[in-house]
Amino acid sequence: MDNEMKMRATIQGDVADVKVLIKHIMETGLRKDPTTKQFIPAHFINQVVASLNGVTVLDMQWGVAVSKNPFFGFKVKGAKPGDKITVNAVDNLGTKFYGETAVA
Amino acid sequence: MNPVRRTLLKSIVTVGMLASAISVSLVKPAAALVASWNKNAFSAKTIADAMKEAGYSGAAESSDILLKVPDIAEDGAIVPLEVTSNIPGTTSIAIFAEKNPNPLVADIQFSNGAQPYISMHIKMAETSFVRVAVKAGDKIYSQSKEVKVTLGGCGG
Repeated sequence: MDNEMKMRATIQGDVADVKVLIKHIMETGLRKDPTTKQFIPAHFINQVVASLNGVTVLDMQWGVAVSKNPFFGFKVKGAKPGDKITVNAVDNLGTKFYGETAVA
Repeated sequence: MNPVRRTLLKSIVTVGMLASAISVSLVKPAAALVASWNKNAFSAKTIADAMKEAGYSGAAESSDILLKVPDIAEDGAIVPLEVTSNIPGTTSIAIFAEKNPNPLVADIQFSNGAQPYISMHIKMAETSFVRVAVKAGDKIYSQSKEVKVTLGGCGG
């Protein structure tokens, strides 16, 4: 689902500055539906892995308190223009998200 | 006793054991690729429990952790946060919002050239301290800063 993820990686010296935006509701499971008074079930991304040229550089576990449409930024040393950055994410319902970009 | 039958039974048992050994060896590496989500840490209700379950208890305060958060957040649903660890050998950073219903927000592991830096947007239920903890070698360090929240970001 590439369209669910927006990525940008820019080089500064030999460090890639990567910014990622994933479209996701990030529902906490703690909110009540105002009409039904029932809790809205939790639905959130809980694992995110970023790689540089296929090698894992960032391995994250998230809880429900990551903001809706999650944004995150990280930096990888030893990168050069043209290198491939990929992000794989999965939510608590098993839906997978994937994005990739080239370092520019 | 029928010797042929014995041999046959034995070989069936051996094949069965081999098959289960193969399936175990096939399953294990795949499971090891993705560390399982730390449910106990993320469902902990106090900062102390969350830090303990996530493996960050016994942290020493350190000014070598730079935590950038706003003094006042108008909307608790989006609180921008930036953490940089200047502690040599940093392998992971965990983010906690002390008064959230579940204080652990995220646990981030760095490897293969990733700088000990993360920037993200988090939700805060109310005014509280944001605490970040850093793992470097077998030592734990932490730093915190209060964020005043005008409008909570977790309730409804």
